[in-house]
Amino acid sequence: MNIPFYYIFKNFFARKLTASITIIGVALVVFVFAAVLMMAYGVEKALIATGSDDNAIITRKGSNNEISSIIDLATANELSTLQGIAKDAQGKPVMSNEVATVINLIKKSGGMSNVSVRGVSPQVFTLRPNVKLVEGVWFRSGAREIVVGKQANARFNGAGLGDKVKFGGDFWTIVGVMEAGGSAFDTEMWGDVEQLRGAYKRDAYSSITFRFTSKDELDVMKSKMASDPRLNQMEVEIERTFFEKQAAGLALFLRILGLVITVIFSVGAMIGAMITMYTSVANRTMEIGTLRALGFHRSSVLFAFLFESLMLSFVGGLIGLVLASGLTFFSISTMNFSSFSELAFSFALSPMIVILSLGFAVLMGFVGGVLPSIRASGMKIVDSLRGA
Amino acid sequence: MNTTRMVMKNTLRHPLRNILTVLGIAIAVSAFGLLRTVLTSWDAGIEAGSVERLVTRDAVSFIFPLPLAYADKIEKTEGIEKLCYLNWFGGVYKEPANFFPRMACQPERIFEVYPEYQVTDQEREAFIKERNACVIGESIAEQFKIKVGDIMTIEGDIYPGKWDFVVRGIYKRRDQNTDGTQMFFSWVYLNERLLQESPARANKIGWVVTKLKPRTNSAEVSKAIDNQFLNSSAETKSETERAFNQSFFDAYSAIFTAIRIMSILIIGIILMVLGNTMIMSTRERTREYAMLKALGFRGNHLVAFIAGESIVIAFIGAIIGVGMLYVMVIIFGAFVPKQYFPVFFIAPSTYIIAFSSALLLGGLASVLPVVHNTKIQIVEGLRFNG
Repeated sequence: MNIPFYYIFKNFFARKLTASITIIGVALVVFVFAAVLMMAYGVEKALIATGSDDNAIITRKGSNNEISSIIDLATANELSTLQGIAKDAQGKPVMSNEVATVINLIKKSGGMSNVSVRGVSPQVFTLRPNVKLVEGVWFRSGAREIVVGKQANARFNGAGLGDKVKFGGDFWTIVGVMEAGGSAFDTEMWGDVEQLRGAYKRDAYSSITFRFTSKDELDVMKSKMASDPRLNQMEVEIERTFFEKQAAGLALFLRILGLVITVIFSVGAMIGAMITMYTSVANRTMEIGTLRALGFHRSSVLFAFLFESLMLSFVGGLIGLVLASGLTFFSISTMNFSSFSELAFSFALSPMIVILSLGFAVLMGFVGGVLPSIRASGMKIVDSLRGA
Repeated sequence: MNTTRMVMKNTLRHPLRNILTVLGIAIAVSAFGLLRTVLTSWDAGIEAGSVERLVTRDAVSFIFPLPLAYADKIEKTEGIEKLCYLNWFGGVYKEPANFFPRMACQPERIFEVYPEYQVTDQEREAFIKERNACVIGESIAEQFKIKVGDIMTIEGDIYPGKWDFVVRGIYKRRDQNTDGTQMFFSWVYLNERLLQESPARANKIGWVVTKLKPRTNSAEVSKAIDNQFLNSSAETKSETERAFNQSFFDAYSAIFTAIRIMSILIIGIILMVLGNTMIMSTRERTREYAMLKALGFRGNHLVAFIAGESIVIAFIGAIIGVGMLYVMVIIFGAFVPKQYFPVFFIAPSTYIIAFSSALLLGGLASVLPVVHNTKIQIVEGLRFNG
């Protein structure tokens, strides 16, 4: 015979203060746990959105990011003639030769960080249709003009429309603001690749991105490059995979940091739950005796107390999760050490994070409640009826 | 019965509950201490940057190199004792995850500018003499089990190709906050190969570290250096090494803020665990307290009894927590690769803050119970049924 759910539920209200303190404790831990996972997922989401599955990027082998990659002009020329690069209606290859560098700018929140400056070819808008102008105009190809991503625009001093930025021995005017769907491009500045190359006096590009005609042709291209002694220094990769890899370091760092801290945190919350449950058992010794005398089985008593603890922690978990989901309205930005440049991202919630957080909360309730429940179920009827 | 004795007796009345509370506080204090140690260790990394050295780099970003000729011009600037130029090499040692700073430098000057990296005269001479020699920090040598005479192969990224270096020295750290994870080799070795493979990139230096003469104004010297290159294609930015380090850490400020918020939330957890215990304990004793009041004890006595007990529990928790922190830091230091935390030790301020906040929280946690029990009427308290 089971103890009515109503009895378990009533205990919530019999001890409002301690019950709510326990719930808040669990809620705090779940909040931190979920927030850190949401941060790591946000970083991944931003970088996954940066790359497309239809594009491929060529960089120098062994370079971990675009800044350290070099493709000299002759090699770039040769690469552009390879089979497998899609053509647009006018028959021009859909590809963008790019120069990637970083410049130091002061953040509005204080301190300095690196902002990526990317030189792009005219075809880039066909290549990356998700990038849209939201204010001003696009840079002209013959001018020292740049367009700034909206996150960089919002977060850095001197990155407003009409501002002049000094690099490459010259002043560059910001003529527009672009938006790229929460991807890393939102924290970049774009200008004409030949202008940038000229300013830096560089006879090389950093990377080449192109639309490929088919996966099969891309594989053919890979093997062709591997057998050509001039091209085998280069590496071709699906653009999405390339950017996804740049999320790995920061996301892993955030996850490890978060897990270590929440595990320690959770011990505190579990002890809190345990104290509450032990006291709850001690205060109800007579009640437990009465229940047992009425014919309720030991296992029913065990279940009732364990269920109470699980409920406390589940409610705490829910509250923590609701609070954490409020974070999705915020975005933060920090240096991504894989790309050596600033990356803005939003806290992002996934079904997996919801499941993990609630599971974690229930686990805390179980660990905190199991010993007190065993004590409650182990009491002798006569002793407990006689009172504590 | 005096107050102290009463507090002690009460504290021991519910051994299980109070042991759990102490344990909860201890864990929270150690977690708080660990987070603070992470922050102070990073700070120590910044502080390790000297204010008697200047770093001169390209004004736009440190990824752009400077012309080699700049070094001579900088050396002639008033107030400068010695300088050494360096290039960030990057690259991969065995696996991309094995990150540690690798730099080309001037072997005959580097240890004069950085006296905190200690090498023997023998090591120094071997480093200068042999073109492809390198010197690595003791932390790196320990982590990758490298000894003098070994060959380290680095796969270049910024400077493509395979690069072999012979380890000719392992530098010792002079101070607790000296970084032991750097690798130095000769700039000439790098430059010779660049002259052959990509001459356009040769004869460039990454940045210049200068040691100032004693009692020189670093701001004035910085300005004097930067003024020489104004309106050139590569303008420079000079600042003290500490400010330079700081600017690197600033870029990660969002992560530091997150850690700081978490350490404040931990304090919230301590307050909740302890507050919960005190509320439960005093609730059970409502009738006793009413009795004490009936016997003539005043509100002040009750405050002392309740707050005293709370503070005793918090204090014991803090002592155990700090002990645990000490062990955790040793374990953490042994398992986390040195390059993430070149310096890792508990700052004295962490002990002080951990103790004082635990005591403060002890007082704070007793506020609700104190208010409740001093306000309650004697008759009401005697009638109370927990």
